[in-house]
Amino acid sequence: MNRDDFMILKNNLIYFDNGATTLKPKCVIDKMVDYYTNYTSNIHRGDYSNAIITNKEYDQVRTLVKNFIHAEKEEEIVYTSGATESLNMIAFGFFKEILGKDDEILISKAEHASNVLPWLVLEKEGHGKVKYIDLDENHELVVENVKKAITSKTKVISIAHISNVIGDIRDIEAIGKICAESNIYFVVDASQSVSHIEVNVLKSNVSFLAFSAHKMLGPTGVGILYGKEELLNQMKPLKYGGGMNQSFEIDGNYILKEIPIKFEAGTPPIAEVIGLGEAIRYIEKIGVSKIHEHEYELKKYLISKLEKIPNIILYNKNSKSGIISFNIKDVFPQDTSIYLNTYNIAIRAGNHCAKILKDELNIKNTCRISLHLYNTKEEIDVLIDALEKSEDIFKVVI
Amino acid sequence: MDKEIRREIILDNYQNPINRGLVDDDSYILKNTNNESCIDNIDMMMKIENDIVKNIVFDGEACAICTSATSVLIKTLIGKNIKEVENIIRNYQNMINEKPYDKDLLGQLNVYDEIYMQPNRKTCALLPSNAVINIIKEYNEK
Repeated sequence: MNRDDFMILKNNLIYFDNGATTLKPKCVIDKMVDYYTNYTSNIHRGDYSNAIITNKEYDQVRTLVKNFIHAEKEEEIVYTSGATESLNMIAFGFFKEILGKDDEILISKAEHASNVLPWLVLEKEGHGKVKYIDLDENHELVVENVKKAITSKTKVISIAHISNVIGDIRDIEAIGKICAESNIYFVVDASQSVSHIEVNVLKSNVSFLAFSAHKMLGPTGVGILYGKEELLNQMKPLKYGGGMNQSFEIDGNYILKEIPIKFEAGTPPIAEVIGLGEAIRYIEKIGVSKIHEHEYELKKYLISKLEKIPNIILYNKNSKSGIISFNIKDVFPQDTSIYLNTYNIAIRAGNHCAKILKDELNIKNTCRISLHLYNTKEEIDVLIDALEKSEDIFKVVI
Repeated sequence: MDKEIRREIILDNYQNPINRGLVDDDSYILKNTNNESCIDNIDMMMKIENDIVKNIVFDGEACAICTSATSVLIKTLIGKNIKEVENIIRNYQNMINEKPYDKDLLGQLNVYDEIYMQPNRKTCALLPSNAVINIIKEYNEK
């Protein structure tokens, strides 16, 4: 749907790599070009007309994000450079201060590097122990296994809302409830879910949430850190500089600004923040549930077709998002993606930054198709046709 | 080189690479080489005695180009002395990187002389040669 909004699709591109980054609708690009063309200025410091426009455009994105993820206050929305920075801020700005050596951090083996490495580093530095929630036989994370993994020492659970290889939608509402009952902090990486399914931080009792704009039809270079007000007040900034301080003196005393500004040192990616706002408007106009319905419908269609091709190995046919991981038997995934590129089909081959998932799947690398609103059944038919002809793959790729 | 012959050599070395499987032998030098941008990941082990390459084995997960290049490189290098190995590697890397090289030194490695036309596969073809460089470096430091 809405294919005309995506200029890049006019080149017959079949884009199935939305888990890595999504395409951008014209309105998002135009919105940023408008800032650069007509009212470029810095934020929060100017008294001239353009600066006033910039302030307004920039600040109102916080309200858009707040409503988009159902947070309570604008102050709980921090602009970052992306989900990776958000997750690092959560680990090193908050949990480093409160985790003792024996406190347990619960994650899963299907998490993205940015939700594994910060915790491993914390552990190495003596702040907490990383434990893994077992995945079920479909490599999915289910509430039952979360319950089993919790001990009296569990201080934080940090998981993706939708995992980026298996594509299982985690029941964060149920997990959030368990966290609330057991006094456990709940961190959610929503990178693969915002713009695909509804994210509600209040309903899910989320302590902290992270996502990137570029995976939700927005620009690169900007993301969001959500934190409950009282937690952000406790959290330390990792960056210091202009914009985030109230005052500093020669005697070494300084006062920082309040949240969220105290986390936003330096000139932020202004055009990108404004672009993110436009992406949210665009998504809300269509409706997240409609997008999910469309993607899931396509996924079911794709799976039904893939199952008929004998040499295709499927890794996640049960998961409910628009992510499909597969391999062609005896073909290295990179060769598959190079082969599909000859049909102008963009997919991803690799471990998708989930490097410890290999212990679960018994295979390091897969091909991943990740869908979005602009994908169609016709595109899937082209893919299926290519895969059916893949017996001759080496004639094409060598 | 004829396209069909080129493809046959690459495919044969991909599907039936020489010396796949590592050995438990301290007299070999082991180096891993991988590249995140192309997900190939191989371990290479080389036994060098009196500056002569006695044997090379490898293992890992890699695409058709990387696996086959590893196999062809192993065949080319076994029996050569360190100086010859360094010379072959230099010329091989020059070929992949579109710099002047001596075709006559490279034997079957010449099947990769058009890889430069697929820039994202250059890394795949270069990967095993980087492992060789690191192994030689360690040998020379010993």
